[in-house]
Amino acid sequence: MSALLDVRALTKRFPVRGSERRVHAVDDVSFTIERGESVGLVGESGCGKSTLVRLVTRLLDPSDGRIVFAGRDVGVIPPAQFTHAPERRLIQMVFQDPADSLNPRFTAFDTIAEPLRRLGTPAQRAALADHVAELADLVGLPRELLGRFPHQLSGGQQQRVGIARAIALRPRLLVLDEPTSALDVSVQATILHLLAELRDRLGMSYLFVSHDLNLVRLLTDRVLVMYLGKIVESGRSEEVFDRPAHPYTRALMSAVPAPDPAARRARIALVGEPRSPIDPPPTVCRFHGRCPDGVERCTREMPVLRPGPAADHLAACHFGFAVGAPAQGSGARRSGGEPAA
Amino acid sequence: MSALLRHGRYVLGENPVTAVAFGLFVVLILLALVGPSLAPHDPLASDTARKLEPPSARYWFGTDQVGRDILSRVLVATRLDLAISLSAVTLSFVVGSGLGASAGFFGGWTDRIVTRVTDTIMAFPLFVLAMAIVAALGNTLANIVYATAIINLPFYARMARAEVNVRREAGFVEAARLSGNGSARILTVHVFPNCLPPMMVQASLNLGWAILNAAGLSFIGLGVRPPTPEWGIMVAEGAAFIVSGEWWIALFPGLALMLAVFCFNLLGDGLRDLIDPRRRT
Repeated sequence: MSALLDVRALTKRFPVRGSERRVHAVDDVSFTIERGESVGLVGESGCGKSTLVRLVTRLLDPSDGRIVFAGRDVGVIPPAQFTHAPERRLIQMVFQDPADSLNPRFTAFDTIAEPLRRLGTPAQRAALADHVAELADLVGLPRELLGRFPHQLSGGQQQRVGIARAIALRPRLLVLDEPTSALDVSVQATILHLLAELRDRLGMSYLFVSHDLNLVRLLTDRVLVMYLGKIVESGRSEEVFDRPAHPYTRALMSAVPAPDPAARRARIALVGEPRSPIDPPPTVCRFHGRCPDGVERCTREMPVLRPGPAADHLAACHFGFAVGAPAQGSGARRSGGEPAA
Repeated sequence: MSALLRHGRYVLGENPVTAVAFGLFVVLILLALVGPSLAPHDPLASDTARKLEPPSARYWFGTDQVGRDILSRVLVATRLDLAISLSAVTLSFVVGSGLGASAGFFGGWTDRIVTRVTDTIMAFPLFVLAMAIVAALGNTLANIVYATAIINLPFYARMARAEVNVRREAGFVEAARLSGNGSARILTVHVFPNCLPPMMVQASLNLGWAILNAAGLSFIGLGVRPPTPEWGIMVAEGAAFIVSGEWWIALFPGLALMLAVFCFNLLGDGLRDLIDPRRRT
């Protein structure tokens, strides 16, 4: 069976005001999400995660590339028509900031009912109150809170409303855009628990965007690491987390706080700022300049995603899986404590 | 509905100034509706034998230079003044916020055209523009309303544009799109209602201004024509007699005008609290 979501060479460029130049927010990105699979998307702020998510959920038009969802190329459907496309109900999203993503003038009931009213089946619309109550139960929102406005709900309750709205139409793909980063730590755990439970119960696929690498490792089957609009590494979560091949991923992993201080890895501190995303030179590795391992070849030849020894594990680095990395900067890597594979 | 009533009671109870303003507003509306039947005398009947009489038991507000009862004229004028300002404000609110909201939401050419048009209107001294419009189109009630509406249009357009613009990228707008809303519905159902609270404050402040504007047009002879009772004309007519000591001719219509403007200005905050769900507890 084909993948649920098959993204091919997806590209989004934004025009820079008053010039011919373009911001390459998402550049030639390809990945797949299988049915029932959870895929994590990590990367620093400004790397294009949000743009990628908005392309996949069809809130933005791609500049180039294909978004094949359940066998149909949905990337070519204009946004105005996609509103009424059958795929609209199958791709839904939970937003980062629950306060911002709920209409302040809509009660919880109206917010959850909105997708059912607009896109629901006639049966769903006829028994709207029942369906909304059922969804509230499903996400653990007390029914008596349905009449409240967003400002009368706590952050966790707001996010439960957001989740209920997102799953109201029983989507096949649920995009989670840092669903817990705006919540208190104590609430984060219950929301994540809820999300994991809902995935199993409703058989959804997740695209889980997060800054929190521990969460990604815990909740996802596979992970994509993004840097400046490109996917620099992808693979099974445990593989990527245990044996990161790209120097950027290594730096990310080294920044994860470890519960056991003795097992802490040496931090790989990245120096400098990311390169400009405005018309980056196509032959230079995006990570060059901040990379502890960068050599002259990295400025001549853009590394492409290449498979490593483990199945499914890809990294876009000339030296990613190579035995015996270049002399330059390899000290930093070794002090990172990774196996020298 | 009952929740709205409860909320209304809460807002009024919480804020005595708002309660006073609403009370005053109700009085004004009642006067506009039944004013003519309350008037003790015919507002148009002149009696030169009793001209320029100071306030007395018979003529509470005195009489003017042709012996008309000022109290009756002030009462009767309420309807006309409120009608002019309310219809002008409604017109500029609807048209201005419609244009401004589209400009803020769709951007691009819509935005450019709307912004240029409003900037052009703003470039004129507004009262002079209103004078020009009335002078060019003719001295009728409808034209006074149009002139007042046109000079107020830019304020609504600019405000709606700014308010919509900041919400255009909000999470709930994206969420609405995911829920199957098209652009027009997102703007009218999701974005614009959230811009209403500050717009209502603007509208109520503007109401006072519109009354002053209409009265101002009448004052310089471009508005309502005498002998129709209207606060602006009455002040204009009375102005000439203040120096000779007949203060009551200009004072009472002026007081009515002031009271109405005062009421509308106070109304703004209360109106915002009423329609903003975030004020609910």
